[in-house]
Amino acid sequence: MSFERIQEKLKILADAAKYDVSCSSSGSKRSNKNKGLGNSKGMGICHTYTEDGRCVSLLKILLTNHCIFDCAYCVTRKSNDIKRAAFKVQEVVELTVNFYRRNYIEGLFLSSGIFKNADYTMERLVAVAKKLRLEENFNGYIHLKSIPGASDELMREAGLYADRLSVNIEIPTVSGLKKLAPDKKHEDFIKPMVKVKNEIIQYKSEIKSIKSTPKYAPAGQSTQMIIGASGENDFQIMQTSNHFYKNFNLKRVYYSGYVPISYDDRLPKIGSEVPMLRENRLYQTDWLMRFYGFHVNEILNPNFQNLDLDIDPKLGWALRNLHEFPIDVNTADKHMLARIPGVGMQSVYKIINARRFRLLNWEHLKKIGISYNRAQYFLTCNSLDFERRDLSAAKIKNLILQQGTSKYSKIFNKQLNLFD
Amino acid sequence: MKSSNLVFDGSFDGFLSAVFMVFELKLTNATIQCQQWNQNGLFSNDERVLTDQTKANRVWKGLQAKLPQNESLKLYYSFLSEKREIYNILLDVIQYTFGSATDTSRNFTHPSILKISQTAKMVGREKHRMEAFVRFKLTKDGIYFANISPDFNVLPLLLKHFRDRYADQKWIIYDISRNYGLFYNLQNVEVVQMQFPDKFNFSASDTDYFDAIEFEFERLWKDYYQSVTIKSRKNNKLHLQHVPKRYWKYLSEKQ
Repeated sequence: MSFERIQEKLKILADAAKYDVSCSSSGSKRSNKNKGLGNSKGMGICHTYTEDGRCVSLLKILLTNHCIFDCAYCVTRKSNDIKRAAFKVQEVVELTVNFYRRNYIEGLFLSSGIFKNADYTMERLVAVAKKLRLEENFNGYIHLKSIPGASDELMREAGLYADRLSVNIEIPTVSGLKKLAPDKKHEDFIKPMVKVKNEIIQYKSEIKSIKSTPKYAPAGQSTQMIIGASGENDFQIMQTSNHFYKNFNLKRVYYSGYVPISYDDRLPKIGSEVPMLRENRLYQTDWLMRFYGFHVNEILNPNFQNLDLDIDPKLGWALRNLHEFPIDVNTADKHMLARIPGVGMQSVYKIINARRFRLLNWEHLKKIGISYNRAQYFLTCNSLDFERRDLSAAKIKNLILQQGTSKYSKIFNKQLNLFD
Repeated sequence: MKSSNLVFDGSFDGFLSAVFMVFELKLTNATIQCQQWNQNGLFSNDERVLTDQTKANRVWKGLQAKLPQNESLKLYYSFLSEKREIYNILLDVIQYTFGSATDTSRNFTHPSILKISQTAKMVGREKHRMEAFVRFKLTKDGIYFANISPDFNVLPLLLKHFRDRYADQKWIIYDISRNYGLFYNLQNVEVVQMQFPDKFNFSASDTDYFDAIEFEFERLWKDYYQSVTIKSRKNNKLHLQHVPKRYWKYLSEKQ
């Protein structure tokens, strides 16, 4: 292969793919057969991190950045004046295998601009995955984009070779989508998602009786939403997210703070700040839903539509529900322990195991690794020393913020640092 | 009574042999020390432990019978941390384990158990980092070569991961600070010791030793790495948290 040409294409097509946040390589088991290449054990590996602190696990590229659509929020939109390029199927295969052999990556994340039509594009993506699996005996991770509007047959084939499939709905509401991507239809996004969901369900029931059923998208489906491009509030975003988790059995929903890339009047101006803190709070909410047993409505509801930026959503929930506290660490069940601000799931595990041997006091809890600054107002333990004052929510919040050293404190103390 | 200080040769079997001795001789005040750290205490009896595989196996089998599998693995993980004080903490945990009727491995109120749990986590993290940060370079002999110098002695933990993953290529992973490596010859993995030329630069790819194609892929990887960064989201603190500077020397994209 000609390295110079490849190099140029790689620069263009990796640059265009970087706004896709998903880079996970976990959740798929694919063991090395017949001395082939690669082995996925279900645990993801980040082989390096970009200077913006994001994990690089996969070779994340577009097959091409030619596109027939003109979505306002997208760099590769038709009307944008940028360099265009396209990889050949074989080039992507060789790049993937050679990067993998050097332990640079866990596998391939292949997306694409849409050229000609949805099926034509999807066919090319599937061809890459098929070649990797069948000709190179490659057992690394493959994440393919489901192209909105692709046919059911192609989606079925895609799942046979890929570990994960994803469609980015990008805009959380149907009305927002109409405004920013008028030529795309909401149904087109949903169709491949439904097909993949049904195939996975079918696979799971068949594998029980027939051992040789070929794997189908073992790492499931994911999607991504852009935050801060089309004016949705946190409540709307998390409602949509919850809808996808519940109705499409998604493994992950990603939130991507909008990076201004266009002079379009419908969007935030170039140079405006990327809402990274808001994005972080949304991820925390997502975690509370998936791992901490919270229902989305407990954290965001019609009366409380936007997350606090200065405190995390669990603390926010606790302050609105002071009647649930204090919780006795030595008797509370797992579900309630997980709701104490400053106590994570790792600590919950340690607390539950340790308290079988003795009653826990503050010393034990601190050593186990809870965040004392937040937790002290919300729990009691085997110690006479506990919060006795009847503090209001606002007071507690203030005390915590004064004591804490949040990595975001700079953002909130801007006014004070006028003469820095 | 004088306390005895058992000095072992640094191997895991050696350490377990020392533990065996503590139980066999019913030593009440014993400490275990690695040869590497040996200093004669003024009032202690230094005693060399002979590594005895049968005795070591007995201790290990006993522990495995007493503990859930991942808990006994934690003992091995923390042993590999090579921390000077870890051997006595391990001894404490082993005595506590054999002395209790029930499974006490998750009594996180016991200081030594908590310490082992935390140390095993650190070693596990280092293992995971090595699985991520190993960068193979193709040599002129057609072997994929990588050098590492991990904080802890994690090479034995890496064997299975890389053997399963790269079953169709010859590879070497060499720990240059502990001077030994693993070599996979397409059949099995051997432990090897190598001599490197004087002034061999482990960070660069020397044209004398590495295949010409290597430089092309290194350049492609570097370009790729540059292109995926979103400049407007730059966050150096987070970046360094994930890729601490001490690992940079062997990451081609950070050269």
